[in-house]
Amino acid sequence: MTGLALVAGTLVLAWWLLALAAGPQYYDAFSATARHPVGQLILFGFVWSLSFHLLNGIRHLAWDVGIGFDVHIANRTGIAAIALSLLLAIAVFAYAYAVQGLQL
Amino acid sequence: MTVQTPLARVQGLGAAHSGTGHFWRQRITALALIPLAIWFVCSALTLIGADRDTAAAFLAQPVNAIAMALFVIAALYHMTLGVQVVIEDYVHDEGPKIALAVLNNFFAWIVGAACLFALVRIAA
Repeated sequence: MTGLALVAGTLVLAWWLLALAAGPQYYDAFSATARHPVGQLILFGFVWSLSFHLLNGIRHLAWDVGIGFDVHIANRTGIAAIALSLLLAIAVFAYAYAVQGLQL
Repeated sequence: MTVQTPLARVQGLGAAHSGTGHFWRQRITALALIPLAIWFVCSALTLIGADRDTAAAFLAQPVNAIAMALFVIAALYHMTLGVQVVIEDYVHDEGPKIALAVLNNFFAWIVGAACLFALVRIAA
């Protein structure tokens, strides 16, 4: 599920890089969209999806080598992956608001 | 013309007819993406909300440009492998299945080419 969401995320990444390469007027258009509340919501979804996919992927790789496969451990790491990925996404946006001057 | 016996040719290929190559590539790209995605989230994504000069200066740094290029390549490769499995699992008609599988690869090549072209323009 988060993997499929991240397919759309690659388009956002490509747009960001192309806008950066193409010149100020193109970056302004990207920036205005990204700073819009709806844009911020989509970006937050992207950051959270990626963080979760990363942490859950580490769980899967551990399972592949036989680590953490007991049900009670798998349940706990599952909740940890959800909680930590949300914290990571919040931290990224806290930095954007505090340092990069992003505003709601 | 092959000197292999039919048995030798099919050994290790399993029910998917392509062996464990796909499974293995998915895991290798996942492993490569652990450090790259950590870098992307903790370093590149701190540019959310940044102005153009800050973002351009960040990606003009060789280390960041190379990390971004590696992340894009590994992520898109990992993505095509994952999406292919979704297509194979949920699309059962042969025509649409092949069309989507081709589209899946074209999509990754186009997005990848665009990202790498942009990175070169920014970093050069």
